[in-house]
Amino acid sequence: MNGSVLGWALLIGQILIALAMACAAFRILKGPRAQDRVLAMDALYVNAMLLLLVFGIGSGSTLYFETALAISLLGFVATVAMAKFLMRGEVIE
Amino acid sequence: MPDDALFLISIIALPFLGSFIAALLPTNARNAEAWLAGLVSVGVVAIAISFRPVLAAGNVVRAEYAWLPEFGLNFILRLDGLAWSFVVLIGGIGFLVVLYARYYMSPADPAPRFFAFLLAFMGAMLGIVVSGNLIQLVVFWELTSIFSFLLISYWNHNQTARDGARVALTVTAAGGLCLLAAMLLLGRIVGSFDLETVLTSGPRIVSHPLYLTMLILFALGVLTKSAQFPFHFWLPRAMVAPTPVSAYLHSATMVKAGVFLLARFWPAMAGHEYWFWIFAPIGVATLLIGAFMALFQQDLKGLLAYSTISHLGLITLLLGLGSPLAAVAAIFHIMNHATFKASLFMAAGIIDHEAGTRDVRRLGGLYRAMPITALLATVAAAAMAGVPLLNGFLSKEMFFAETIESHVDTVLDKALPYIATIAGVFSVAYSLRLIHQVFFGPPAKDLPRQPHDPVLWMLLPVALLVLICLLVGILPGPTIGNFLAMAVHATLGPQTPTYSLAVWHGFTPALFMSGVAMIGGVALYFALQRYLSGDVEGVPILGALKGKRLFERALVFLSWRWARELEQNAGTTRLQPQMRLLVCVTIAAALWSLFSRPGSLDFTWPSSADPAFVLVWLVGGICAVAAAYQAKYHRLVSLILTGGAGLATCITFAWLSAPDLALTQLLVEIVTTVLILLGLRWLPKRIEGLDPDMTPKARLRRVRDLLIAVAGGAGLAALSYTVLTWPIGNSIASNFLERAYTEGGGRNVVNVILVDFRGFDTFGEIAVLAIASITVFSLLRRFRPARDSIELPAQKSFQNRFDADRYTGGKDPLSAHYMIVPGLIMRLLFPVIAMTAAFLFMRGHDLPGGGFVAGLTLAIAFILQYMAGGTRWAEARLRVLPARWMGFGLLAAAATGAGAWFFGRPFLTSAFAYADIPILGKVPMASALFFDLGVFSVVVGATVLILIALAHQALRVQRVSSDAAAAPPTEGSR
Repeated sequence: MNGSVLGWALLIGQILIALAMACAAFRILKGPRAQDRVLAMDALYVNAMLLLLVFGIGSGSTLYFETALAISLLGFVATVAMAKFLMRGEVIE
Repeated sequence: MPDDALFLISIIALPFLGSFIAALLPTNARNAEAWLAGLVSVGVVAIAISFRPVLAAGNVVRAEYAWLPEFGLNFILRLDGLAWSFVVLIGGIGFLVVLYARYYMSPADPAPRFFAFLLAFMGAMLGIVVSGNLIQLVVFWELTSIFSFLLISYWNHNQTARDGARVALTVTAAGGLCLLAAMLLLGRIVGSFDLETVLTSGPRIVSHPLYLTMLILFALGVLTKSAQFPFHFWLPRAMVAPTPVSAYLHSATMVKAGVFLLARFWPAMAGHEYWFWIFAPIGVATLLIGAFMALFQQDLKGLLAYSTISHLGLITLLLGLGSPLAAVAAIFHIMNHATFKASLFMAAGIIDHEAGTRDVRRLGGLYRAMPITALLATVAAAAMAGVPLLNGFLSKEMFFAETIESHVDTVLDKALPYIATIAGVFSVAYSLRLIHQVFFGPPAKDLPRQPHDPVLWMLLPVALLVLICLLVGILPGPTIGNFLAMAVHATLGPQTPTYSLAVWHGFTPALFMSGVAMIGGVALYFALQRYLSGDVEGVPILGALKGKRLFERALVFLSWRWARELEQNAGTTRLQPQMRLLVCVTIAAALWSLFSRPGSLDFTWPSSADPAFVLVWLVGGICAVAAAYQAKYHRLVSLILTGGAGLATCITFAWLSAPDLALTQLLVEIVTTVLILLGLRWLPKRIEGLDPDMTPKARLRRVRDLLIAVAGGAGLAALSYTVLTWPIGNSIASNFLERAYTEGGGRNVVNVILVDFRGFDTFGEIAVLAIASITVFSLLRRFRPARDSIELPAQKSFQNRFDADRYTGGKDPLSAHYMIVPGLIMRLLFPVIAMTAAFLFMRGHDLPGGGFVAGLTLAIAFILQYMAGGTRWAEARLRVLPARWMGFGLLAAAATGAGAWFFGRPFLTSAFAYADIPILGKVPMASALFFDLGVFSVVVGATVLILIALAHQALRVQRVSSDAAAAPPTEGSR
């Protein structure tokens, strides 16, 4: 992988996704509104999923895809819960 | 001798088994209970009798089972002559007591409880006498204390019964702890806990430097149990127990456990002056005080209780003297006392039963109404007084003869004959009083009931015991001679002296002492008769000696006042100081171990780093710190930040090639977020920001807390970093890695550890999980939210107002249509997520997944449905029964574990094989899979139970507030 195009692409991809995570984290910290923070957290989840995919491509193991699948399938649950909390004041009515 | 072992173990097993069955019988099955208990007692005696020929030849029957072989402890049963005579005593008197109790207990009393406790007590008592292992003996010893407690407090609606039981338990169980310490010391001195070895190493014990310490602890155990002065006070208070209990436990058996132990260890421990100086003076004191106080009791059972104390003192004194002949007299008197005292207690119970009172002053002239009872009680009391031709006379004669002999050349020894005679005088006087005031004299007036002789079956046990008193008293040789010889020989071994069991020994000093006691006793009673019939409560002179009062005061101090003060001075109910202390102690402990072993914390900075990984870590770290910073004033923000930190952890696990942990972390993260959000709704309104005018002191406190927090966090981080960079040696982790596939049949090491290597831990953990979730559920049933969070959330009430303004008359309000598209997707996702859960579960043994992860996934699927449609919608379509899930899970896990027993393997041993299943192909089938199914089921149940319980709060509060809203108009309309 060393020196190949794929190797470099993966590395840059990882760094960029990590930077995206940092941006999302900044939004969580900064706000200003609660809705911004929830949206940022969702972005954080999506980025984490992507990071794992990229890492999986690098390592050649399918196990990472499964973890990524779990994030994509279930990661939105926390976001939905928060959205409902903000909109209705209660998660389960 | 396998048959012997079987019989021997059934001596103990029968009563406990019987107790178990008795507890399951219906409440009113008095006859069935009595039959059961009677058969058990007869069975025990029959087994004992079958052993007699072997024991008479001087042999000892032993059976040994591995108990804790790692500690050199075996479960040993050992039956010799002494134990045999006690087994017969316990079984025989047990039978008579059961017969008596069948007619004594009223139909209103719950029979299963009584007979179950009585049988369990019998088992524990038999356990003491046939134990061949010191520790095992103490276990049974404490069991008798516990069952005695339960039996004394049998009528538990009665305050005095509860108090009496508590005192008895406190005293005897505390003594039992001392005995345990003594036995541990003894085992150390001898080098073995085997009774056989202990009994033969007398010289070694006596010359050991720890002998005195051991002996004092031993004495504390024995003296408390046998109600010796100054611990005697629990016995009279235990008389609130039903009379069969008093007859059985507090005259014939349990209180004899103490003196039994004295006799048992006599050959091993008695060979020293200390033995005499501990037991002889206490025996003398108890003998005198008991006899004196018995004379002044107005309660029939109280009189008998003090007389029991006095007789136990006599036995202790005899054993304390240290001469073999005295030991013979003691063993003989144990047997005699059991017979005449049990019969007297039963007679007292009959009088109480028929006349309705036990007050000696109110009774009188009863021989006309109940002649048979009068006759039997008179003979038994005469035996107690030591009248010739009865068994009491024989052992008392031996006692008198023994006091004349000199043992340890001291004043006490010289005074013994006189003390013995005085005690004899009192003994005669109280026996005479018992008979004369109850059965003779003017007939009693206005008794609560019209007395008459009871049914034959109730008299039979008394009659049998009295018959034994007579037979032994007239023909000691042919009746009891052999048994006594057996017991004595087993106790004393080669030290066995020659003694004669004749009624007539000629004109000896002992006979003269007996005569003096008789005449003196009669004279004393008639001199005091007028005084005793008056309104005297309590005992003259010794009345000030209130052991009971002292005991109570000590208890109040210990368990109330000191505890209170300690709590006030050293405890706090505030969370902050507790946390502060906890963290500080942790830091101090870490620092201490760091400085005591310098060089253990050496940093090696990583040589290279992946920039993306570092970035993720930075994000995670910032999120974590910010979460802590926001925790107090912005809860939601803090929760979101925690989610970010958790996600970083998840990526880290995946990065460092632990995808299974990453998966688990992710799911836990999601479930926790939803859980906290659900709870957030019910927290009180937040405080907006810092208090602007904070005192300098408070400011200082905040700075200090910050420093503590930073130190704790940085220390923990440093520690975990060191551990992570530690060179991997031959650690337990590599051990697990090697053995996971070969022994557990799985490639997913974490899962194999959970369900196989550490299966027992996991079993405990899922049990705890189930308990915790049920606790949360029951706490939430009574949950009262803070006042300001009861009303509808601001968003909702705003929306409702808006809807009410805009949509009137049949139109759906806007709120009914919100989140339609996401809601539909969430519903459609249910089968998908459930499928994922099944997938994760099935392949969990080899690849990331397993019961825990699958359980969480399915729980998330359920929560999604609740969130999408609301509680009512979800529950109308999908009833999750969390309690059943948990119950099934625990049972499945336990059944899998127990299944290993059928293959002769220990609990939770797993087996594995590959199975060919159509479509799925070759699937590894470990028995651990079923265990994992249990884990899965418990996790689903527990998680859903907590979440649903929280979700239901919204419905409940709505109901409450709508009720409250509905109430005022009806009032206003009136």
